[in-house]
Amino acid sequence: MHEFRVSVGPASFRLLSDWQKPIAQMRALYASYPEPEIPDFTVRLEAVSLLRRFLRPSGAIEGDYMLPDAAPLPVEQGLLALEMGMNLQMALGWRRHLILHASAVERDGRVLVMTGLSGSGKSTLSAMLGLDGWRFMGDEFVLIDLVSGAAVPYPRLISLKNLAIAEMQRVAPSAQFGPVMAGTPKGDIRHMVPSPEAVTRMAEPGIPALLLFPSFGYSAAVRELQLSETFVRLTQASPNYVALGEPGFTALARFVKTVPARAIDYETGAEAIAMVEQLWDTLA
Amino acid sequence: MTDAMILVGALRDPDSAQNLAAEQWTALLTIARAEQLIGTLAFRLEGQAVPDGVKAILTDARLNAEVQRRTALWEADCARRALAEYDGKVVLMKGTAYVASDLRAGQGRSIGDLDIMVAQPDLPTVEAMLLAAGWEWVKQDAYDDAYYRDHMHELPPMIHRERDRMIDVHHTILPLTARPRPDAAAMMADAVPLPLAGGVRGGPEKIVGSLPFESDPPPTPPVSGRGEVFVFSPEDMVCHCAAHLFADGDLAGGLRNLWDFHCLTQEFTASDPGFRTRLSQRAEHHGLTAAVERAQRLADHLYVSGCDQITLTDRLFIRRLTARNGYGQQTRRFIRLAFYIRSHALRMPPMMLARHLWTKWRKGHQPKV
Repeated sequence: MHEFRVSVGPASFRLLSDWQKPIAQMRALYASYPEPEIPDFTVRLEAVSLLRRFLRPSGAIEGDYMLPDAAPLPVEQGLLALEMGMNLQMALGWRRHLILHASAVERDGRVLVMTGLSGSGKSTLSAMLGLDGWRFMGDEFVLIDLVSGAAVPYPRLISLKNLAIAEMQRVAPSAQFGPVMAGTPKGDIRHMVPSPEAVTRMAEPGIPALLLFPSFGYSAAVRELQLSETFVRLTQASPNYVALGEPGFTALARFVKTVPARAIDYETGAEAIAMVEQLWDTLA
Repeated sequence: MTDAMILVGALRDPDSAQNLAAEQWTALLTIARAEQLIGTLAFRLEGQAVPDGVKAILTDARLNAEVQRRTALWEADCARRALAEYDGKVVLMKGTAYVASDLRAGQGRSIGDLDIMVAQPDLPTVEAMLLAAGWEWVKQDAYDDAYYRDHMHELPPMIHRERDRMIDVHHTILPLTARPRPDAAAMMADAVPLPLAGGVRGGPEKIVGSLPFESDPPPTPPVSGRGEVFVFSPEDMVCHCAAHLFADGDLAGGLRNLWDFHCLTQEFTASDPGFRTRLSQRAEHHGLTAAVERAQRLADHLYVSGCDQITLTDRLFIRRLTARNGYGQQTRRFIRLAFYIRSHALRMPPMMLARHLWTKWRKGHQPKV
């Protein structure tokens, strides 16, 4: 199989594929990331049958941790499949931190965490803030240290969807982008390489200082949340909270008690950034 | 190319892991995960000097095994409480039994479903009690349901609607259509209570004691079976392990089951020199002599240094058991297919097999080989 290895934050992967192309794409996009000697996880993109290796090729995501009935993807979306495989290893297999399904940016050693459902804009917002004086830490997972409570970066490729693709190409014309993958299960997807600073400083954690639940598509509003609501929403946003047992509970409870939280609604990226800056100045 | 012998070697002789190169470590860890033996490997390699990247993965595996142990015991305790009013014995089986009995086979073991056994005539009672306590049928069609009830050694699987955990309720240890007919009644009669009545040993007794569950058994001391859980006698535990491995199934995940067999026989023999003799007698009584003897030969060959007393067919079994490459993929397609066919031939007579495969094929089933 074709092979590529990469470290993202504290986690490391061995990516294997029956086809050369997705590996070459990964290699190009992750060129500035370190290569591990002994990877934590293996992800495989395998032809579902010998026929499907050559004719209308499509691959299934396999690896150390798998979902039983994951649908195969056409090989043109192999890059997406490998990224999904990496996310799956983290979600099902990572035990060294409490994982929050969230994006994060850092300034002065303090971290803004944004979490929400797919389409809330957390990914795009983190990418935009990353161009605007913040250090990008990750658009998918934030890793919470079980002992210190620090937020540890996981700056994988930024996954831009649908309208966000054109918007980011407009504001960051010099950034490195992957191939456009149209018609994926999540619509159009294009990956963007995080800034060089995000990669060189990916071992540098920060102190969580503000938690936001953004919602895209509503007129601007800010809402306070009760600790209990924040806690429950974060248990749902954490893929490994249950598997960690008591240390996971302790880490999440401390996070909720020490980090102020707000839900924000917004209609444009510029509006959201202004709200974020204002909340950061008053709360963080 | 590497096969699962690299995992066998590390389990047999943990000191040998010192000499592994980075590439071999990667293959070993990937294969151990695929064979559900990463937790076991982590316990075996405890205290060995290993590269930092490996140490982190093994630490994760140990912690994860601990979570699985606790979850399995908790689930067993939930079943015990659901069946508190049931008069017969509830016997824990497989991984849950090993961790509940604090056996070496349970160290680091991955545990999925809860397997219990009850007396065959009591199945309807037990089924009703579990349904009343929140378990429900996993969705399947009428053919599968009827097949389980007519021909299998267990009820169709049930899942708990809140905890999302599966339970398999057995009444014997092999399908009713298989040639050996183990003496299930004798197994139930000889099953022994776990030392701590009212809570599974090493389990979350504190949690159980502190929460006012409605279904908690009355605080009177348990009478014959009530509120207690049991495990098989050592001989029956080993017989079941061998039957599960060689008289049923296609040997997928067989390295782990063979490791169970190895640990069980070593531990029981160490504490009781007469164990081997009684095991042979018991295996003969159950019609499982061939399975137990093969398990013993293969376990000794693979997991004990310097044991090479194996037959030609044993070699085929070893080819099947170790059919995995360093990427974690299954290999040796032909030999796996052969064992898959064998598993069905063992499970039922030829005409019945033909009818079963025909029905399954018409429903679009494809063998997972």
